[in-house]
Amino acid sequence: MADQNVNQTGGRLRPPVPIWVRKSLATSATVAFTILGLLFVTFMIGRVMPIDPVLAVIGERATQAQYEQTFRDLGLDQPLLVQFWIYVTDVLKGDFGTSIRTGQEVTTDIARVFPATLELATLGTLFGVVLGVPLGVIAAVRQGSWIDQLARFVGLIGYSMPIFWLGLVGLLIFYGILGWVAGPGRLGIFYQGIVEPITGLILVDSALRGEWAVFRNAFSHIILPASLLGYYSLAYISRMTRSFMLEQLGSEYVTTARVKGLSEWQVVWGHAFRNIRIQLVTVIALAYANLLEGSVLTEIIFAWPGLGQYITTSLLANDMNSVLGGTIVIGTIFVGINIFSDLLYRFLDPRSK
Amino acid sequence: MTDAPLLDVENLWVKFRTRTGVFDAVRGISFTLGKERLGIVGESGSGKSMTGRAVLRLIRPPGFIEADRLNVHGEDILSLPEKGMRKLRGGRVSMIMQDPKFSLNPVMTVGQQLVEALRAHENVSRSQAHKRALEVLDEVAIRDPQRVIDLYPHEVSGGMGQRIMIAMMLLPNPEILIADEPTSALDVSVQLQVLDIIDKLVRDRGMGLMFISHDLNLVAKFCDRIVIMYAGRIVETCKASELRNAQHPYTLGLLNSVPDLERPRDHLEVLKRDPAWRDAPSVSARQ
Repeated sequence: MADQNVNQTGGRLRPPVPIWVRKSLATSATVAFTILGLLFVTFMIGRVMPIDPVLAVIGERATQAQYEQTFRDLGLDQPLLVQFWIYVTDVLKGDFGTSIRTGQEVTTDIARVFPATLELATLGTLFGVVLGVPLGVIAAVRQGSWIDQLARFVGLIGYSMPIFWLGLVGLLIFYGILGWVAGPGRLGIFYQGIVEPITGLILVDSALRGEWAVFRNAFSHIILPASLLGYYSLAYISRMTRSFMLEQLGSEYVTTARVKGLSEWQVVWGHAFRNIRIQLVTVIALAYANLLEGSVLTEIIFAWPGLGQYITTSLLANDMNSVLGGTIVIGTIFVGINIFSDLLYRFLDPRSK
Repeated sequence: MTDAPLLDVENLWVKFRTRTGVFDAVRGISFTLGKERLGIVGESGSGKSMTGRAVLRLIRPPGFIEADRLNVHGEDILSLPEKGMRKLRGGRVSMIMQDPKFSLNPVMTVGQQLVEALRAHENVSRSQAHKRALEVLDEVAIRDPQRVIDLYPHEVSGGMGQRIMIAMMLLPNPEILIADEPTSALDVSVQLQVLDIIDKLVRDRGMGLMFISHDLNLVAKFCDRIVIMYAGRIVETCKASELRNAQHPYTLGLLNSVPDLERPRDHLEVLKRDPAWRDAPSVSARQ
């Protein structure tokens, strides 16, 4: 093996595979292993739940013969490992089974509910980043000033107020009393069905099709729940930004930048902030992934037909196929976002190359 | 141009507000700096680094400075607004810090940091600044500037990092260079090399050098004049060549606690500090 790598002329060892190939192979292996673990865990959850899958399909008044027939049809007489294998191959084929509650393929259901969550989570994270990062930076630069106190107060409320309470109060004030925003749901009843879905994201679809009335209505529906979720990620993001910045502002290279005669703006954004981008990516990715899980409470209060609500309702209806399908989707998103932030990490930090 | 010294400091205090009252890090020192190499020596906490930073008005809150006079080339900088200070920093007074591992920005290339230092003070194009950066890297004896300019700080050695730091600080042609322990983080083998470069550049450009160090022997060899600091005050000042005739017990104690290769001794003195030194008035190092 080794002599294949020996360069004929120089006799020096050549690396057998380029580094980036090895790195991406390693990443792929990690991902495959993580997903397999995820599938195993969801599979086990499905097995240990005190819900009889046969009864869930045929109902309680079926005969013993029907019961046994279905038991075999579902493959429950097979050894556990074989069942797991069937489960894995089905999932990899994109078959999560049929939802008992809706009577539809779980994949069809998820394709319907996920865009709602995606839209809400993206807008919420956008709020959190656009407001939270500058707030955290300014709080760190003006440590101890009123804006720092404000940032801390905002963070404290964000950490301690239950979201369902803020959601209800928000609805009461901005929808009930002031009437500035639309109420629960994604779209007013008069606007439903006008826009043919392209991506499933109503804001994007209506903009693409030029239906601006629908866009405005959808926006006034999403603004309150998105701000609410955004507020919670703002609290988290600004607190982390503040502490990252404080750490960097105390370091020697910041003094160097000041010695060079750079303006405070250049010192803060050009030097210190450039160094926290790496950590910030991880924080924002986590906050985003958190919202993508579907914030059950927010979705229920605002009657938002998203993933969190879908999974919760399915769980309460003993509809395990939907629950497991949803769980796998969430797990995969988590893994995906983590890979993405890892890649961004390598791009932003010259030391990791 | 005036005949005023490059740097004229009178009764400089550096204070920190703490919960238990005001702590004085530097307590009323006076000194001047001409086109010379002035060594400031003292132990940890003697206020020598604070003095260097105070000259650039880089003491951050809760710290603050007070002085009767703080002039750079005859211009009072105590009352200078922040914008004027930015022009002064890097442009006329510059500082090299201890460890290039921490004092260079880890996520910017050497070239980006050099170009930025120059462009903060001179209205030159990016490509011109790049060219000047290559030249100054050559001046600090970096062999392959074309390659080094695109490296990140973690890709260069400590000695090279410090030479890059020197290049960066000298790029806008300052009049005064403050070197705050520029060699203590380096290997002994490259210390002299870095000192030689500082020495040559300071001489060639006719700059004033404030060399802050805890190494009395090094300072005695390298500088023209020495200021000894203790507990935020100057306890003694003398010409480097006359250090052996020093009077103050602290200086003598320091000298006695350094081993000498040529005259080995059975045991080294341990410095005995006299509380009275702390309260003795500061000696003026003005010329």
